[in-house]
Amino acid sequence: MSTTTEYTPKTSTGRIANFVDSRVGGSAMVKEFGRKIFPDHWSFMFGEVALYTFVLLLISGTFLTFFFDPSMTHVIYDGSYNPLKGIGMSAAMSSTMDISFDVRGGLFMRQVHHWSALLFVASVSVHMLRVFFTGAFRKPRELNWVVGGLLLIMAMAAGFTGYSLPDDLLSGNGLRIIDGVIKSIPLVGTYISLFLFGGEFPGTVVIARLYSLHIMIVPAIILLLVAVHLFMVVVHKHTQYPGPGRTNDNVVGFPVGPVYAAKAGGFFFIVFGIVALISGLFTINPIWNYGPYDPSPVSAGTQPDWYIGFVDGALRLMPGTLGNFSLDWNIPLPWGDNSLVLNVLLPALVPAGIMFTIMFTWPWIERWVTKDEREHHLLDRPRNAPFRTGMGVAGVVSYCVMWAAASSDLIATHFHVSLNDVTYWLRALFFIGPIVGFIVARRIALSLQRKDREIVLHGRETGVIQMSPEGTFTERHEPLDPYKLHQLVNYEDRQYIPAQPDAAGHISADEKRRGALSRFFFEDRVAPVTPSELAAQHAAHGHGPAEIEDSSTESIEK
Amino acid sequence: MKALSQRRRHPLAAVALLLMGLLITGGLYMAAGSVNEAKAATGYSASDIQEGNKLFVANCATCHGMNAEGSADGPSLIGVGAAAVDFQVGTGRMPMQMQGPQAQAKPVQFDDAQISQLAAYVSSLGAGPSIPSEDMLDTSQGNAAAGGTVFRVNCAMCHNAAAAGGALTRGKFAPSLAEVSEKHIYEAMVTGPQNMPVFNDSNVTAEEKRDVITFLKEIEAQGSPGGAKLGSLGPVSEGLFIWTAGLGIIIAFTIWLTSRPS
Repeated sequence: MSTTTEYTPKTSTGRIANFVDSRVGGSAMVKEFGRKIFPDHWSFMFGEVALYTFVLLLISGTFLTFFFDPSMTHVIYDGSYNPLKGIGMSAAMSSTMDISFDVRGGLFMRQVHHWSALLFVASVSVHMLRVFFTGAFRKPRELNWVVGGLLLIMAMAAGFTGYSLPDDLLSGNGLRIIDGVIKSIPLVGTYISLFLFGGEFPGTVVIARLYSLHIMIVPAIILLLVAVHLFMVVVHKHTQYPGPGRTNDNVVGFPVGPVYAAKAGGFFFIVFGIVALISGLFTINPIWNYGPYDPSPVSAGTQPDWYIGFVDGALRLMPGTLGNFSLDWNIPLPWGDNSLVLNVLLPALVPAGIMFTIMFTWPWIERWVTKDEREHHLLDRPRNAPFRTGMGVAGVVSYCVMWAAASSDLIATHFHVSLNDVTYWLRALFFIGPIVGFIVARRIALSLQRKDREIVLHGRETGVIQMSPEGTFTERHEPLDPYKLHQLVNYEDRQYIPAQPDAAGHISADEKRRGALSRFFFEDRVAPVTPSELAAQHAAHGHGPAEIEDSSTESIEK
Repeated sequence: MKALSQRRRHPLAAVALLLMGLLITGGLYMAAGSVNEAKAATGYSASDIQEGNKLFVANCATCHGMNAEGSADGPSLIGVGAAAVDFQVGTGRMPMQMQGPQAQAKPVQFDDAQISQLAAYVSSLGAGPSIPSEDMLDTSQGNAAAGGTVFRVNCAMCHNAAAAGGALTRGKFAPSLAEVSEKHIYEAMVTGPQNMPVFNDSNVTAEEKRDVITFLKEIEAQGSPGGAKLGSLGPVSEGLFIWTAGLGIIIAFTIWLTSRPS
């Protein structure tokens, strides 16, 4: 910024730009931020999708607030949808019906809002899976992982509060389940429920309260967290996959200005276009089918939106009693009995609690087990971290079992099987599935590493069979090019670290546990091919050693 | 007319003419047939009952017993009424293909006259619900909104709020009500086939039944105002759609955006 010669603009646009810039200092920001390097990989773009769908949610949501009336006042519907004409409903439902049928473009905007909400949470989830399986949460990004986890929870909160607003039969049933879960909390549950609903369910205030949360508190928290999240991305710089010329100290990719700004801007409109297309062609949450909320009817096929599905699934999997063991208890307290409804409390809170606890603490668990205090800016290929891939798959399987359980009735009708059998199988899978998932995923990762080793040492099978003059048949193996080779040999070799004694020579119980876990994770491992191994192999076969160190690429270093 | 004269020597002209002829005669026959059916429903003659008895012995008696008294394999049909026969046989559920959690709808095995004869025979065994009159099924007299309320309170818990069907226990299910005729919907309500409860007139009045039918026909006729309805199955199909098609398209674009010219 400190220029010795004063810049004099020649055009009027230049003069305006210079006037603003010399007072705001935009060029310094562009200079700093515009030269940020972002690596190019398709799996890095889900966070962007989440951001863009959030922008879409803000835009379409603002439109909806112009017409939505978050009140539970009883009105008689008199809009253009004939099958509900003359039916009593809340003003919230009636105004949502009007948005759908009597506001120009209203139904499209509602569908844009709802489809982008589904896509928002889905892209946040896929983004988190990508970060987990590639180890991008490691030092220095642990806190950003936590912020991301909070964003996921807030996204679910935003979704749920919005889902309930139309006050239709489906969302009312969902709210009733939440009310039941809240009431199952020992001692305070009933009071929390009475507080939230302003009296007995459903009351007359809950829609307005959810509306305040949905349009102000939750989006504000999300915006704040997004700002923190992106700020930390800029501070930490983006991670990258290993490759020639990519080290822990650089970022190889394209600068924000102009390449990434253009790409990201274009991608925003692509995401916008995809959501608009889906919203124009596919209906979502057809509240006119469900009708107004009334506590008595419950429709078949009542499910929450997909991101709450796992909780609903856990509730469906839970048996009412365990054999002769009742799960309903009355705890006598000095001021009267207090009920403890374990068959609601356990499935509603425990699986989600365990999942989020492990998710939030995983960076610290991994750091503790591996004793790895270094910074990591290079990602792991999932196969090169078999223990983590296994744990991740176990988590995904456990989530998917609960998820599938939320649609157990549809599985039963569409695959012509018994609903009861679906439930029994899923109950078994709930316990066995994650274990099998861990073992299988870890074994597959180890096998892929072995395959990589094989390819590095012996080259790629070409399928060309040669016959030597003596009559022996051999398959020709093609040596790898240096880029591919670099990718296959340069990875983090994690080893079993036995429990270490402390300064006094004593091994603490905690350290023993760490040692056991470390052995469980790293006893089976496939070591990367070392240069000497490679040289020995090539010498034996008479090839020259391949160049494995980085060669010249179009890397842009930072 | 120029177009016609040019095309009449087209190789497919004969086929088109033949098709037209078949359609006209078929249409006339169907119109004549439906007139007969309306008459047949009004009363049964002794010969109807006799013919029905023959059909019953040949096709139904294995499970329901020679005199419809029932057996271990099938319930007694005394007092189930003509409406039950018309529904079960008229939707192809009976004769049952195999024993199972519940009888599945399949192509109808008898023609209208035979179904009527079977109904005549079974209704002669004991008093039961009769086949509804045209008036009771006239949707132009029904109120769709009132029917919708009755439907949500009484039917939606099994058949789904959009009448798309739902699961019951142990392989039983409530079927989708799309393309079920007015008459069969009414008969199902008064006879309670399979696992369905009976909704008699003191529970849901005849007018309310007509309202329910009007509601079902109206939501069927209006289609889906918001676009393809994804089976009307609610959030599960919506979630499945966004995770497969939605994210699939997004991923295709991310790969395109990050690909480099090789």
